[in-house]
Amino acid sequence: MGKITSEEKKKAATEIICFHCGDLCREDHVIFEEKDFCCNGCKTVYEILKENDLCNYYDLENSPGITLKSRDFGDKYNYLDNSEIQEQVLDFKDGNTAKVNFYIPVIHCSSCIWLLENLYKLKEGIRYSRVNFTKKEVYIDFNPNEISLKEVVMTLSTLGYEPFISLEQEEKKTRKSINRSLIIKIGVAGFSFGNIMLLSFPEYFGFEGIDDVLIRKFILWLNVLLSLPVVFYCSTDYFKSAYAGLKQKYINIDVPISLGIITLFVVSFSHVIFNLGPGYFDSLAGLLFFLLIGRWVQNKTYEGLSFERDYRSYFPLAVNRLENEKEEAVPVKNLKKSDIIRVRNGEIIPADSILLSKEANIDYSFVTGESDAVQKKKDDLIYAGGRQAGPSVLLQVQKPVSQSYLTQLWNNEAFKKEENSEFESLVNRISKYFTISVLFIALTGLSIWLAIDMDKAWFVFTAVLIVACPCALSLSTPFTLGNTMNVFGRNHLYLKNTLVIEKLTHVSHIVFDKTGTLTENYSGRITYEGKPLTKNESTWVTGLASNSTHPLSRKLIKQQDLSEFSLSEIKNYQEIRGKGIQGEVDGHHIKIGSLQFLNGKTPAFNLISASEKEGTSAFISVDGEIKGAFRISNVYRKNIKRLIKNLSDRYKFSVLSGDHEGEKEALEKIFPRNTSMFFNQKPEDKLKYINTLQEKGEDVLMLGDGLNDAGALVKSNTGIAVTEDITSFTPASDAILDAERLSDLDSFLRFSVTSRKIIYLSFVISLLYNIIGMGFAIFGKLTPIIAAILMPASSISVVFFATFAVNTMAKIRKLI
Amino acid sequence: MSVIILLIIFSVIVATAFLIAFIWAVRSGQYDDTKSPSVRMLFDEETTEKDKNNQSKK
Repeated sequence: MGKITSEEKKKAATEIICFHCGDLCREDHVIFEEKDFCCNGCKTVYEILKENDLCNYYDLENSPGITLKSRDFGDKYNYLDNSEIQEQVLDFKDGNTAKVNFYIPVIHCSSCIWLLENLYKLKEGIRYSRVNFTKKEVYIDFNPNEISLKEVVMTLSTLGYEPFISLEQEEKKTRKSINRSLIIKIGVAGFSFGNIMLLSFPEYFGFEGIDDVLIRKFILWLNVLLSLPVVFYCSTDYFKSAYAGLKQKYINIDVPISLGIITLFVVSFSHVIFNLGPGYFDSLAGLLFFLLIGRWVQNKTYEGLSFERDYRSYFPLAVNRLENEKEEAVPVKNLKKSDIIRVRNGEIIPADSILLSKEANIDYSFVTGESDAVQKKKDDLIYAGGRQAGPSVLLQVQKPVSQSYLTQLWNNEAFKKEENSEFESLVNRISKYFTISVLFIALTGLSIWLAIDMDKAWFVFTAVLIVACPCALSLSTPFTLGNTMNVFGRNHLYLKNTLVIEKLTHVSHIVFDKTGTLTENYSGRITYEGKPLTKNESTWVTGLASNSTHPLSRKLIKQQDLSEFSLSEIKNYQEIRGKGIQGEVDGHHIKIGSLQFLNGKTPAFNLISASEKEGTSAFISVDGEIKGAFRISNVYRKNIKRLIKNLSDRYKFSVLSGDHEGEKEALEKIFPRNTSMFFNQKPEDKLKYINTLQEKGEDVLMLGDGLNDAGALVKSNTGIAVTEDITSFTPASDAILDAERLSDLDSFLRFSVTSRKIIYLSFVISLLYNIIGMGFAIFGKLTPIIAAILMPASSISVVFFATFAVNTMAKIRKLI
Repeated sequence: MSVIILLIIFSVIVATAFLIAFIWAVRSGQYDDTKSPSVRMLFDEETTEKDKNNQSKK
């Protein structure tokens, strides 16, 4: 099973690909049953699936798995045993039935669907599971007496499908119902449109001679009946939005639309009552049908990606609280002042607290972006958001979660950005002038005709309002921008909504975060500094490092030539998280780690340059003597220099870094001379800087990666989160960009300008239709049949043009 | 001629029935996920070790 494919792969590529996850395998990868695995995690999953006869997983897609390189659950899910939390997570629980809906961001192929829907074969107690691929959710029905919620989550996690559990899940449910009602509205409008058209055919072909008055009347009243749901059900959203706009003395695109709908209906209805003619019911239903389709296109955003993440998405749901000598998982929000909590290795500290244990190693990279871990002593205050590295520590909570430092930063005024008040979208700006000019033309027509023919005057007035309906205007934007968004999506730039495209066209100043945005996150070149190591010594060091899973050790091994390297036995191996590793190789005591950890004699040579950057250095000692240090230097992402050069004639730049000034020189080589650079920036500093730029009238585009940039990302006019893994969690932003494609930023910015031009052109086309329609209307010649042809024709041609133009331009720019 | 009224009434009733069926389909969630059912129907039911060996699939 599947052997053929893996062998084919071997032949096709010299690089060996993991059978499970498709990652490249290192030289020393795991081979099991003639299949290659990049790590033990992947092999384990394969074994589990094999045991349970679930190898179909590998037949549906090649290498469908999810890499499990960082797999350390430990007690991570213990909080799921807490009944209060269970209640929040579970959808339903009664006796021996429990139902739960998990959001699993890594669902990506048909194999995922297959495996997740066959969970019942894997674990007793799971009765049924069903995947919603679009939403990346899995619905599981299980028996809580046979399998606990924690075990269900553990099973998913072992397979690589770690669910994302948060307390904000309620929000998702409301979104679902909104989408459904829109689809129903489209259905109803389509139904009315089709039937009214069918019933109006005799009128189109001028069968005025339907002698039978009864039939004529019957058809007309049936049309009225069919149009009722269109006006009173399908158009409610437009009325609501127009009313809300007018209440704030603001004309949005929905005002002229609502005006058009109301006039169409009132005029048509009075025609039927007073026996003046057949009315415009077909135009009315058609208009709504196309408008709703446009709205549906607009709503079709990336459901798998969440943009509204705040600190809560990062924080644990529960924490272990010590009470009366007993440890118990409690929901984070229930933490009170002076509670004592235990935080384990790798866990995030949820509230500002005082350290009770002797010492702790806090990694604040999550908050500040700084890579160095900070050492804290007993009684030190530790801010929320730090991650403990090392043995578990006891802390006493000082402030509830909602009042801690990080939360306060988040609640800063700047974070409450109001989309609409700040940014007036193009279509709304135009609709203002549109409404005013249409009313002006209608009134002029009315006053002229009043002098000539009293009866016709009112007909002209209403005809202008009917035909000037801005359906083409309101369709061109969603279709153009929706398509542009798709083009960007295919290039791994995921936008929150179509408004972002318009925002991108206004940018004047680009602010970059350094660490993780301009530089690569986890790769780095390693240089050695100090006394040269002998061949034996370097073998020992590499041997020791090969036992560690620390990213620095892994990198160190990667750089060594492993072919002439024989593993010696290592005795007394010890790894102290956040500090270093030690062990005995061939009778020599080797230590790798921080200077403090080594605690050896002062080195005989100058190590100042290395010790300055202790956090990114690993010192080596052999038998107590410090030999030197491995240093990681930052690696800038590909083509950054070219990108900056291409952008530099149109934009100004700034660089903000949470790190020290060490990289200034390298940055100066990349950026033009007038670029402002700031180092040692705290999250608030970044936010403030963006604010100063905006006060100077700049339109700021911020690119950042970590939670430390979150404030700046939200404050900026447009914030793009750069991430190496699209499915992993990024701070709230307007867009998410795959780090690999950062170098294409220039094309993205240019293409958004192009799509704005396409919108303008669509406006011109719809304006042409309007002029023709107005011509008919103002001369009193707008018969229902002309309206019925003109209005759908304008809508369809605008939709066609917008779609076609965006796709063609994308092809020319090589974005598809 | 008045038979046409009857025909129209019938046609509208039939169309309404389909509209109601459509609304029911949306309400029951059939349009929530349009991707996975298309994949799901291609999965083989309950394969055991023995018939797996006889199968040749993609």
